[in-house]
Amino acid sequence: MCGIAGVVALRDDAPPPERADLAAMVGALRHRGPDEFGLYRDRRAGLGHARLSIIDLATGQQPLCNEDGSLWIVFNGEIFNYVELRAELVGLGHRFRTRSDTEVVVHAYEAWGEDAFLRFNGQFAIALWNAPRETLVVARDRLGVRPLYLCEHGGRLWFASEVKAIFAGDPAIPRALDPVGLAETFTFWTVVPPQSVFRGVTELEPGHVRTISRGGTRDRAFWAPRYDDGSGASRSPGEAVERVRAALEDAVRLRMLRADVPVGSYLSGGLDSSLVAALGRRVKGGKFCTFSVRFEDAEYDETRYQRAVAARIESEHRDIVVRREDIAAALPAVVAHAERPVLRTAPAPLFLLSRLVREAGIKVVLTGEGADEIFAGYDLFREGKIRRFWGRQPASALRPRLLERLYPYLARSPVAQRSLAREFFGRGRERWNVPGFAHGPRWSGAAALQRLFSADVRAESQRVDVVERLLASAPAELSGWSFLAQDQYLEARTLLSGYLLSSQGDRMLMAHSVEGRFPFLDVNVVELANALPASLKLRGLDEKHVLKRAARGLVPDEVIARPKQPYRAPDALSFVGDRVLPGWVGDLMTERAIASAGIFEPGAVARLWQKCRASRAQFSNTDNMAVVGVLSTGLLHELLVRATPSRASPPEFRTVVDRVAVPDPG
Amino acid sequence: MNVQQRVRQFVVDNFYLSDASKLSDDTLLVTSGIVDSTGVLEIIAFVEAEFGIRVRDDETVPENLESIERIAAFVGRRREAERATSSSAGGRAEASTG
Repeated sequence: MCGIAGVVALRDDAPPPERADLAAMVGALRHRGPDEFGLYRDRRAGLGHARLSIIDLATGQQPLCNEDGSLWIVFNGEIFNYVELRAELVGLGHRFRTRSDTEVVVHAYEAWGEDAFLRFNGQFAIALWNAPRETLVVARDRLGVRPLYLCEHGGRLWFASEVKAIFAGDPAIPRALDPVGLAETFTFWTVVPPQSVFRGVTELEPGHVRTISRGGTRDRAFWAPRYDDGSGASRSPGEAVERVRAALEDAVRLRMLRADVPVGSYLSGGLDSSLVAALGRRVKGGKFCTFSVRFEDAEYDETRYQRAVAARIESEHRDIVVRREDIAAALPAVVAHAERPVLRTAPAPLFLLSRLVREAGIKVVLTGEGADEIFAGYDLFREGKIRRFWGRQPASALRPRLLERLYPYLARSPVAQRSLAREFFGRGRERWNVPGFAHGPRWSGAAALQRLFSADVRAESQRVDVVERLLASAPAELSGWSFLAQDQYLEARTLLSGYLLSSQGDRMLMAHSVEGRFPFLDVNVVELANALPASLKLRGLDEKHVLKRAARGLVPDEVIARPKQPYRAPDALSFVGDRVLPGWVGDLMTERAIASAGIFEPGAVARLWQKCRASRAQFSNTDNMAVVGVLSTGLLHELLVRATPSRASPPEFRTVVDRVAVPDPG
Repeated sequence: MNVQQRVRQFVVDNFYLSDASKLSDDTLLVTSGIVDSTGVLEIIAFVEAEFGIRVRDDETVPENLESIERIAAFVGRRREAERATSSSAGGRAEASTG
């Protein structure tokens, strides 16, 4: 795992890239790869690399090239099937100098061109520079585990794993938040690539490859998700369970063994990470480390299940207890790493957890991320199913009562909440067969918070209907898929890629130089799951049905039987109450600060803040999102827009390939 | 301030609207996304505390609570009913002592 950066001249008259600029970029990515730093430069392009050494510790340095030095690479990620691909490439006559997966990428691209990316089972962001042809190729893994951002400025293309490196490369690049990116965030909880939250910066879409040459720029999807392709339809449930279990075992084995350092596992106490940890433990004979977040607030805490699993698999278990004040204290660092607003504080405990992992001397962890998307674990899928069932008989009084099975609190609630919940969930039910229907309540609930935007931001953000744009960019086959598959696709495209794998995943892990590996996102697991009929994933209202059956005997029964508990942390509660709050909270919320940032309407924020500070009770979902959204957007503006990018700590490069003749000072 | 204005002020403050002039008294609060299902409970708590009314379960329907206008009308009807009840109850009391 690593950080990559680079710059390419887009005009003939542009001077060669400056070493100081490349050093500043790599310096800004130091947390992603503190072990070694490398640089390549010629008259047209520069590449930089910050390395977290995991595979081929001795000779895997980057930048790295092919046999004749014409094709150079910087690479962030892992190709888990690199051993098999290497053997194949050797058979084709390619010669290797190292044992690294990076070198496999170079030769695979030489041999197969863009089809190479389809052969990779892994998580990657790659930049390849063909020096004689002056062509840059950038590519990103199928689901967007590893990040890559691009920005054109001053006749150059800048790119990097994180936006802060682009800003550090050229501090003259204008920095501002993008109102459309904010509107996406305050709808989907994330931007949707290629949109980013910064003006002028784009994010390479997952599963895409972009080629930048003198002839122009070409961007295309090398992979697109497919669902319900018929290949899994005829399977008996028993056979499907067997196949899922076998595919997961393979996925975990690859992720455990393809590393030259120890691999541990996160353990939330839910089904997914418990299963991953249990399978990891079976691959690993000796010591196996697991890591958990506990909460001082009992409402969020899952200690009991974490300990049950750790005892069962006999792992060396470590945990941290997270308090509200820890979340408040961590949020600035969380936002600086996430580089986008968040509407939940849930990334903060994971920021603290990766520190614990690092302190335990572990660089790589497995996580259970992705299972809820590909095997249909979320309440949203069940809610969508009920609401569609209701939509077919919109006048039915009985059908909406199924919502009470989903949300048992409704059955116990005052009639007020029940009848208005019906109003809420029933909204637009005549459009039950339209893509995006299941997400409607969540998206419109978050989008309602755009009322906090300043008049300018609101006016500009309304130039794009972000929901319409998302649905229009979905594959043409979407409407032919089952409703569940449509919902899964939209969930993976938005929340999984942009929030869970990014704000809550890569960024929180890499903040402390820890690599996450995601067995549920293994290409074989994903394609197997996507081909299964909806009835095996969401059976009636039983979520992740096939996965629960596959987990039997591997994890404690109580973990399989327990009701799903969404991972959450105290949100607004972390920023109110009698405790002394960090100074930045009050500073950001002053009318002057809000007005000067120009993103939100000061009067509206004042009303929000007054309400929350006066409240001792539970906060509504809307209030929670509003407080965390306003604070995190304010922090983002302070830390990445207003602050001048730091170029203060350039790294010591170990690998330097400099093809620009330095003029003789004599 | 009359009832409708007080309700309006509450909605603007409690749901932190940035531009009160854009909110009309017949805006459907849940449908428009301003109020979520928890927000409805906040409206009920406000009505009970501010106007001294007990809102019965069977009254907590969108027809009574979905807009500023409807809330104000509901409060008006309930106050009217309570005045009628207390005056007729008072009347009976007088009659019985008489």
